[in-house]
Amino acid sequence: MDYFVELFFSGLTRGSIYALIALGYTMVYGIIGLINFAHGEIYMIGAFTSFVVASVLSIMGLPLLAIIVLAGLAAAIWASAYGYTIEKIAYKPLRNAPRLSPLISAIGMSIFLQNYVLLAQTSNFLPFPELIPDFEFLEPIAHIIGTTDIVILLTTAVSMIALLILIKFTRMGKAMRATAQDKTMARLVGINVDRVISNTFIVGSALAAIGGMLIASHVGQINFYIGFIAGIKAFTAAVLGGIGSIPGAVLGGFILGLTESFATGYVSSDYEDVFAFSLLVLILLFKPAGLLGKSSIEKV
Amino acid sequence: MKAPIMKTLLAATVSMTLAMSAQAADTIKLGVAGAHSGDLASYGLPTVNAVKLVTDEVNAKGGIDGKQIELLIEDDVCKPEVATNTATKLVSEGADVVIGHICSGATKAALPIYTSADILVVSPSATSPELTQSGDYPNFARTIAADDVQAKTIVDFALDELGVSKIAIIHDKGDYGKGLAEFAQAYLQSKGIEEVLFEGVTPGAVDYSAIVRKIDRSDAEAVIYGGYHPEASKIVKQMRKKRMDTAFLSDDGVKDDTFIKVAGKDAEGVYATGPRDNTTNPVTIAAREAHKAAYGDDPGAFYDNAYAAALAVVAALENAGSTDLDALKKAMQENTVDTPVGTISFAENGDAVGVGFTMYQVKDGAYVQAK
Repeated sequence: MDYFVELFFSGLTRGSIYALIALGYTMVYGIIGLINFAHGEIYMIGAFTSFVVASVLSIMGLPLLAIIVLAGLAAAIWASAYGYTIEKIAYKPLRNAPRLSPLISAIGMSIFLQNYVLLAQTSNFLPFPELIPDFEFLEPIAHIIGTTDIVILLTTAVSMIALLILIKFTRMGKAMRATAQDKTMARLVGINVDRVISNTFIVGSALAAIGGMLIASHVGQINFYIGFIAGIKAFTAAVLGGIGSIPGAVLGGFILGLTESFATGYVSSDYEDVFAFSLLVLILLFKPAGLLGKSSIEKV
Repeated sequence: MKAPIMKTLLAATVSMTLAMSAQAADTIKLGVAGAHSGDLASYGLPTVNAVKLVTDEVNAKGGIDGKQIELLIEDDVCKPEVATNTATKLVSEGADVVIGHICSGATKAALPIYTSADILVVSPSATSPELTQSGDYPNFARTIAADDVQAKTIVDFALDELGVSKIAIIHDKGDYGKGLAEFAQAYLQSKGIEEVLFEGVTPGAVDYSAIVRKIDRSDAEAVIYGGYHPEASKIVKQMRKKRMDTAFLSDDGVKDDTFIKVAGKDAEGVYATGPRDNTTNPVTIAAREAHKAAYGDDPGAFYDNAYAAALAVVAALENAGSTDLDALKKAMQENTVDTPVGTISFAENGDAVGVGFTMYQVKDGAYVQAK
């Protein structure tokens, strides 16, 4: 039983990591129907930014809490700037192009950003400082769940709820939903569609950056390539849960994380990917739009 | 780029063939085979330099029993299909001993030709275990450790020095890591010990806590990891986070300062194998300085091993007093030679004794020799 609980929590942590990144994929897809393959790189840039800021601040001798907050803020702002710019450079000019064009543009952006960081920073793995200290009172259950795991779980839950509130109850959320439903109509009723899309990219990028910081602090290392694998898994999670749906992304992340964890625990870690992707195929066979996705009729 | 090198080589071969016919049988013919052009030339050319330096010195001192050493340099571009031609050519030119080949695949293809001609072959760089362990090539020796030596070093250390019997073997599913893990598994089983866990992890995954828990549950006293440092540091960090003090042993993919930098305080106590440190060995220093003096730059890959092979061959020729295969082998097994890779002799199967890996442990943020 203990073993089951341990595996469950390890799956939950992994799942919330996927979910945090998946939220960005699903938001962008919900608004403009584009799979933003550069999202994994935004996550990586967020991790790098927080690495630089945290290193500088810890040299200056600031308290840990201040470092976390400032590094997180800096990462969110810097990554949002990247997200905003990417949208303006790579996707906006292609908004009326065939669907395949922005997709290729996204893949190109992803490769560009990876190599940009490789050249501008380093190809080596860098040690990421442990930003989240081990709490004393958690010591008895340290073998089951650590402080970082709890922080990651909470951040995911809070982000999901905040996003839902943003979309359901604010003016910006209303504009987002309108844009998602029909861009032309939204524009006719006076919504600045371009700004709504930019906002979506900014929010998604900020979330990815904070995720990047937490996860880097969890595993303790970063390099220019971390965004790729995390991005692919998060994308899988988003599709599994129903791309375009925010609770779906989180659910998909958890299902993927738990499947991988239990597959490793009870079968073999050699097969964790096999199980994860078999599950994806099975779910898509029975629910082609994903678990919580709405199956809509393609507008031609 | 290729053509000029080929031309030079051709010219060299032709001039050497001419020289050979002029000097008749009063020389010992030493073949040097390996990749001297193409993609892998950087692996083969340092060997040519090393052999030239050693033989020049011997020849300057009057040769071996008054006979000068004459080099027959042949290119196999590290390709098995070319290597058979290279071998045939060397045999027909009357090579007495061959230093080479460089790549395991090419060596394996060429060896049967030398075996049937009873010619001693000493490779500085072919690491495939079967070359010596199959017993098919009694004329083969090498001055580099075989691929499985590292796994044996790790397993022996875990069993004898750490005194553990429950071992989990983890690898990264790659050629290098999985290969090492499989060698370790086979060696462990040959000692009658069954590993408690044998699994591969996906490199680059965001989190390894599930496999870490599985290791914990298996009650392993030591983990042998085959792979590189990025995954190793993640696994070690997560093990320590779960408050596990299981010993962690790994390979020279982990014996890298980046590992210590990234794993930080969790790296303390981790074991990793690495090649023996020969930087303070006077023979090594002399060999490298000779290269600098002759060619103006630092030697390349396998230079030390090639220099060692040349010294071993020269010593064997001197001690045996003939070029007969059995006499040479006997001389190599009975005498030790001081070389840039340490003081070595040769085992019955042709593997060098004294070349190989040694265990290091992280202490105070640096790798130090364990024990």
